[in-house]
Amino acid sequence: MILDVEKFIARERTYWDELAGLLRLQDNQPDRRPPLDEAKRFYYLYQRTSSDLVKLKTFAGEAETTRFLERLVARAYSRLHEDGGEKVPFRPWQWLTRTFPSTFRRHWMAFALSCGTFWIGAAFGAAALKMNYQSKADFIPPQFSHLNEKPSKRVAREEKQDFDAFQGRHAFSAQLMTHNTKVTILTMVTGFLWGIVTFILLFYNGILIGVVMFDYITDGQGVFLTAWLLPHGSFELPAIFIGGQAGLVIARTMFGWGTNLRLRERFARIRSDLLTLIGGAGLLLIWAGIIESFLSQYHDPQFYPWKIGLGAVQLTGLILYLALCGRKSPDKTNSPA
Amino acid sequence: MLSKTTTLTVRTPEGVTFEVPIASPFSRCLALAIDVVIVLAITLILGQVIGALAFAMAAVPVLGRVMADFGSGAMIVLQFAISIGYGMSTEWLWSGRTLGKRMMKLRVIDERGLALGLKQVIIRNLFRVLDMLPSLFYLIGGVTCFLTKRCQRIGDIAAGTLVIREVESSPPSFEEFVRGERNSFATLPHLEARLRQKTSPEEARLVIDAMTRRDELESGARLDLFAQLADHFREKAEFPDEITIGLSDEQYVRNVAATLFRRASV
Repeated sequence: MILDVEKFIARERTYWDELAGLLRLQDNQPDRRPPLDEAKRFYYLYQRTSSDLVKLKTFAGEAETTRFLERLVARAYSRLHEDGGEKVPFRPWQWLTRTFPSTFRRHWMAFALSCGTFWIGAAFGAAALKMNYQSKADFIPPQFSHLNEKPSKRVAREEKQDFDAFQGRHAFSAQLMTHNTKVTILTMVTGFLWGIVTFILLFYNGILIGVVMFDYITDGQGVFLTAWLLPHGSFELPAIFIGGQAGLVIARTMFGWGTNLRLRERFARIRSDLLTLIGGAGLLLIWAGIIESFLSQYHDPQFYPWKIGLGAVQLTGLILYLALCGRKSPDKTNSPA
Repeated sequence: MLSKTTTLTVRTPEGVTFEVPIASPFSRCLALAIDVVIVLAITLILGQVIGALAFAMAAVPVLGRVMADFGSGAMIVLQFAISIGYGMSTEWLWSGRTLGKRMMKLRVIDERGLALGLKQVIIRNLFRVLDMLPSLFYLIGGVTCFLTKRCQRIGDIAAGTLVIREVESSPPSFEEFVRGERNSFATLPHLEARLRQKTSPEEARLVIDAMTRRDELESGARLDLFAQLADHFREKAEFPDEITIGLSDEQYVRNVAATLFRRASV
């Protein structure tokens, strides 16, 4: 049986044009929610066009019209069949009090590895400086060249300076926020390379901190160092560790341990968790950037106890939040990785 | 390198199978170049606006100082937000199309042919940071794109997406070759019936394809093709000389197409 293509097209074209029109309308107004009647009509047109495509392929085999219908059906199909999970509305309060901390806890081993790698790097940096102090300049990258100065000299100079609330503070804060966010995102996405680069980045950043801490403490500037780093570091370092945690979750997905699912299915399972972790890290970094610009750089000795106190409160609060928040009402919106 | 596939084949729950053309690395590269220019232009314009505001307020004692510093801070954040957020917002708002992709007629879709989800949009744009390494040369993304079967960069693999070509087309008008000239075979319905009976659907498909694509062929290839087709169909049903004499090979095949497709019914 061969189809009369001419008659067939003449009869069905009205429906195809109507479907194409509805698709154009949806393309032009993506946020528009079609009324029920229109949605029903859309589904009918999709089914009719799909059926036409099958008829045409089976009985006529006409290439041009087949291609036209394939494109039309493909567009309509993608509109009709969406991932059901996407339709869950985002609730910021629930995300903050349940989703983020519970996701963090679900991947606590990845966090422990991320945190551990960083502090091993810090210990390595401190040990290297202890063995050869002259190697300090080799560890400090050019953008942090001011750290090459002897700590006691810098402390003496900084403590004499007046604090100007506006001079370069906004720009400095913005630079810190964007730089740290980039580092955190990079630490996460490099997990795709089986976690190797994530480990390297964490270890390298740990070396820097280790070198600076050892340098200031051995120079007798431990209090200055704590008052300088703790207020923002209590949020900034955990944010980077969470970036590393997300990177190691990706690395585990790459290896596929304990599952026989395909890579794309494994990734589909962790997508929500990755976004939650990186979103949480982003929030922590924004706060850390503000504190670092407007408080951490203010080096008046009479305020050191207040700064250290604030940093300690923040760190304790963050630990309690991540460890306890949302425990009584487990989050059901995310599936375990 | 894995063998490339140029189409995504989707089988719907209704049992319909269709193919979607996958975008080539070259067209994706051009779309990316357009997007980079757009991002730079937006950043430049915003920089000028913020600079002008800061300049206008410079004379005001305290506000001038605040604005000058706030302006440079805002600029840094905006640059970052635009570079990360441009792809996310446009792909989400325009169903998988940035401005560059719109111009190049490309679209990001779910790799199963479904609509793009917000999570997928965010993930594929976050992974751009890795794809564009080293520096901003897009080496990792480019190499991955060339190495993967469906031309996916790392962001696409992580997000479960791929970039397709969108080709707007309309069904061909059969009138131009079926009705355009008189079908001399129509005077001999019994021979037409024999021709239809002996022609398989594959052969009918070949005729229609040849007719719809004839203008895309070079003249020599066109003559050869229609000569072969005409010889093939002459053997199936022998029409008398008074009808076929003076008919070119192409006109002969045109008559075959008219015979096969105009009078048949579903």
